[in-house]
Amino acid sequence: MTVTGTSEVDYRAEALEAGARVRRFGSWYAAEHRLRSMRAFGLTLVLLAFANPLLYLLSLGLGLASLISSDVNGVSYLTFVAPALLASAALTGAAEESTYPVLTGFKFNAVFFSMAASPLAPKQIANAVFVGTAARVVPTVVVYYGILVLFQAVPSPFSALTILSASLVGMVAAALVTWYTATVTEDKGQMAVIMRFIIMPMFLFSGTFFPLAQLPLYLQWIGWISPLWHASELGRVLSYGMAEPAWLTATHVAVLVVLLVIGWVGARRVFHRRLTA
Amino acid sequence: MPAPVISARNLRKTYKEFVAVDELSFEVTAGESFGLLGPNGAGKSTTMRMLGAVSERTSGDLQILGLDPNDHGPEIRSRLGVVPQADNLDSELRVRENLLVYGRYFGIPRAVVARRADELLEFAQLADRAKARVDELSGGMKRRLTIARALVNEPRILLLDEPTTGLDPQARHVLWDRLFRLKEQGTTLVLTTHYMDEAEQLCDRLVVVDKGVILAEGSPASLIREYSSREVLELRFGSDRNADAVTALAGIGDRIETLPDRVLIFAADGESALEEVSRRGIESITSLVRRSSLEDVFLRLTGRTLVE
Repeated sequence: MTVTGTSEVDYRAEALEAGARVRRFGSWYAAEHRLRSMRAFGLTLVLLAFANPLLYLLSLGLGLASLISSDVNGVSYLTFVAPALLASAALTGAAEESTYPVLTGFKFNAVFFSMAASPLAPKQIANAVFVGTAARVVPTVVVYYGILVLFQAVPSPFSALTILSASLVGMVAAALVTWYTATVTEDKGQMAVIMRFIIMPMFLFSGTFFPLAQLPLYLQWIGWISPLWHASELGRVLSYGMAEPAWLTATHVAVLVVLLVIGWVGARRVFHRRLTA
Repeated sequence: MPAPVISARNLRKTYKEFVAVDELSFEVTAGESFGLLGPNGAGKSTTMRMLGAVSERTSGDLQILGLDPNDHGPEIRSRLGVVPQADNLDSELRVRENLLVYGRYFGIPRAVVARRADELLEFAQLADRAKARVDELSGGMKRRLTIARALVNEPRILLLDEPTTGLDPQARHVLWDRLFRLKEQGTTLVLTTHYMDEAEQLCDRLVVVDKGVILAEGSPASLIREYSSREVLELRFGSDRNADAVTALAGIGDRIETLPDRVLIFAADGESALEEVSRRGIESITSLVRRSSLEDVFLRLTGRTLVE
């Protein structure tokens, strides 16, 4: 064996070994970076997680609910609105986490491009973004749920299952918004448009504060296509056993899962296309 | 001769109609310091992105560390260090944290990354800035941090795209010194530059690239020998008189180039060329005899100056 041959084989073998590790765990390695970045905003995120539900519950729970004496759906107004508030908080938080933080990675400090020069694959970088968002959204939902308990807005211990439905819609928002944001090459205020003209109307027209059936038919469709409506209704079934046909409950789950997969696959594709050009 | 760590044959990259890199062929051996020299838009950065196993080639063959980047991108990248043209440090993190997170991309254990981060900060002369914010660093410091980051996986090959563009002369010299040390330690360096002095300082061998094509290949000295004369006499006559003066200068030296601001006379002996100029009674505003450089090679090969 010549010295020449050995050195080539060594480099090759060494690369194959180092690469195998990253192929398996790369998404988690990259996620560590997202978590460390979030730590810089840690205090703000914690404050938001507590302040947001407190403000809503003080206003809706003590203010609005006192006016609405009749039951909605056979439960108190607060019980009715709680699962939807939880889902909206997850949705909004996840959408925020998927706008500027993603745009920054592609554009402002281009950190995704430095990741792509490392052994990480673009789809692993996308995964890391989702892990990071989940790490913000799930604790936010848990804190929110704790505050709902304090306000006696949840009737039973099983209501805690709404943490799952709310987290699910959060991740749906993360996947879809990240997918869109990843395609943005020039910041012309699209992030504000998403928050104001998609997330906000969704919040208002998804049967969050009143049953969707209250709306005229020509506005109800917004609810049907809205992941937030599906998550809120699912949350109501889980929280206080709202009566609805089983097929409808299954539809809520199916819509959320399908949207999650579509957004996730789409985002991973755009990450790949942009980071390997 | 050791086996090549990079081997490119007819490497080509097109974006729709635009041909960025056209059939480049070259090899780089282990421990070598190899340069791609050319003006902006020559296809250097595109080539670097293909060597970095990031951008897929349109056609041709490419082997890096004995592997094809189309099949083994993560494997190849795990043994490369990459210094991109624009710093893409994470400005939301502190200096040392940038090294810590980057090392983790490779799956290097935390304790090992932490130790290397400290060593690399020493190497990059940034140890006292470990906790600083990235935005507080000067351009030269950011560049050194980017190089330190590229070294966190102890790469076999370090790819540097325009490593000193935009830096002041002093910062460039500090950087060259650091890169020279790496070269001494046996790291294979591949760099692009449009600075001739940089190529002369750092490259054992280089290819001159223009419009996606290799025009010449060799060591800096051999390229100068082949495509230029030993010395160059630069004469300035004032911008409107340069062209007229050329007629009177005919026959002096091996070759004459007229640039907008000066006339270059290529000659083995610049001093005697200058004597001939004054013997003919031709008066210039300034005259300068200097050694030939890669800049002259580029001018000869393309008819254009490198930095326009």
